[in-house]
Amino acid sequence: MATQTILEVRDLTVELATRDGISPVIDGLSFEVGAGETLALVGESGCGKSMTALAVMGLVPHPIGRIAGGEIRFGSEDLVAVGEDRLRDIRGNDISMIFQEPMTSLNPVYSVGEQIAEVLRRHQGLNHKQARQHAVELLHAVGIPDAAARVSTYPHQMSGGQRQRVMIAMALACKPKILIADEPTTALDVTVQAQIFDLLRVLQRETGTAIVLITHDMGAVCELAERMMVMYAGRKVEEGTVDDVIANPRHPYTQGLISCVPHVTDDPSAERAPLVEISGIVPALRDFGADQCLFAARCRQVVARCAAERPVSNDFGSGHRVACWQAEVAS
Amino acid sequence: MEKVVIDEKPVEAARGPIAEVAGMFVKSHAAVVALVVLLLIVLAAIFGPAMYQIDPFEMVWAPFSPPGEEGFLLGTDYLGRDIMAGLLYGARVSLAIGLAAALMSVCIGITIGALAGYYRGWVEEVLMRFTEFFQVLPTLLFSMVIVALFGASLEVVTIAIGVVSWTAVARITRAEFLRIRELEYVMASRASGAGNFKLMVAVILPNAFPPIIVQAALMVGSAILFEAGLSFLGLSDPNVVSWGQIIGSNRPYILDASYTVTIPGVAIFVTVLAISLVGDGLNDALNPKLRQR
Repeated sequence: MATQTILEVRDLTVELATRDGISPVIDGLSFEVGAGETLALVGESGCGKSMTALAVMGLVPHPIGRIAGGEIRFGSEDLVAVGEDRLRDIRGNDISMIFQEPMTSLNPVYSVGEQIAEVLRRHQGLNHKQARQHAVELLHAVGIPDAAARVSTYPHQMSGGQRQRVMIAMALACKPKILIADEPTTALDVTVQAQIFDLLRVLQRETGTAIVLITHDMGAVCELAERMMVMYAGRKVEEGTVDDVIANPRHPYTQGLISCVPHVTDDPSAERAPLVEISGIVPALRDFGADQCLFAARCRQVVARCAAERPVSNDFGSGHRVACWQAEVAS
Repeated sequence: MEKVVIDEKPVEAARGPIAEVAGMFVKSHAAVVALVVLLLIVLAAIFGPAMYQIDPFEMVWAPFSPPGEEGFLLGTDYLGRDIMAGLLYGARVSLAIGLAAALMSVCIGITIGALAGYYRGWVEEVLMRFTEFFQVLPTLLFSMVIVALFGASLEVVTIAIGVVSWTAVARITRAEFLRIRELEYVMASRASGAGNFKLMVAVILPNAFPPIIVQAALMVGSAILFEAGLSFLGLSDPNVVSWGQIIGSNRPYILDASYTVTIPGVAIFVTVLAISLVGDGLNDALNPKLRQR
């Protein structure tokens, strides 16, 4: 990879205490994020995408979850090892996050300007007046009309799209090196989704922030990301540039994910293959961490080896890595 | 800077939560009337003694002169002291003790409830058992013991009332914290660098305020009643007049000169009723289910 790596996750394991015992909801996960790039984390609900984001932020829910192993290198530091004080300085400043639900992610008792200004005061040491001034500029930058007046409105007076813009303004206020966007558009209208993607792209170009986009929307991946990582049951199954993975998916799970998305741009009169769903369901939490391929039960190309050995990740050129025993023949 | 297309929503006038609540409050007529009555009582307590210059302890006239006769508006008590003067001075004491005791119990209750609801786990266990201990104490008896031990001064009476009445606030605060700490904006604040103290005080607490404010308003009323009860039993500062004390000292003559007991009784009744109605009005105004956007 040409760009400099700013976040490097090595063998990250996050355990969650459930009624059935302790399950590794993230199991030996490794990936890198380069400066200014957009990496998409893709997978079904419960595959560990959001937990990965929380682990990077140091926000794994305590005490039911804990980081059991591995390291998260950010610059010269290991975020797993640094203390809570240092993490608080990093959060919102060097790494920030936007959430899925813009309707509930803003505090209803403060005006949006105060909420943005608060982040600036906390991390940049601005005084009240400077912070408010800067908040107006940020609102303007995320495309809120009449920003000088809107700065003192309250979240309930805004639409979902506008609130997500405010969240983006807050997240980018301190020009972070990494922005984690956890399904930023899932709760929004399709037209608004496109606007938010445009906004993220424009702001990324201006600030050079790397984006980790968590989504299950293949359209969003193609739209925004350069590289993608497909996760299944807490493990990485496939990783590579979006072009490579979409055009030539090697893992049966990735193939399934792609084939269940309809292609709107196809000629409507053309003969179309029926959409294929991936049969079966995600394994139960208690089965996570087993030394086998966890997708084997749903896989059409399953062989004996899949149930006996955990697949290792192989590189198929230009960073296209796949963890599947059948990857050679799969494509 | 490149401009991005906007999803429009008409700009309304920026109205803060306080303006919105005030707007809801004035819709309830009973609450508005009660608020006016309460303000009059407060004004009378503040300015009354200066305007009505009669010492409530001085024997100004013959005992038991009924209201309206001989120039004394509300008559005189068994020692010939002016009841009107007693009411005005007593309003200060009753309101001050009511407010101070309510404030104190709100402070204790919020601290304990917030810590319990935020940290959960063993902190919650310990603090809630502690709260339950205070809940099951017979409140009047316990405060009587405190006053008997430390002497009947205004401060001790205030503390005695505050110490026995914070449990409701603690339980409400804890319940609100338990609910709010799971909301997404708390996680979002944490993700932008807020620490535990900031999350508790600046993020969760302001959102937990509505039910706490209502409880606090109602508590001012009950603290006034409590103070009246203590002074009726003679457990109040003998050097200051309060409404309960007037009732208590005239108690033996209740059949011969009932007005000496009735007048301060009505004052307590009206004040506590007004506070309750204001509290109910606040409850309606702050209750998100009743508020229409």
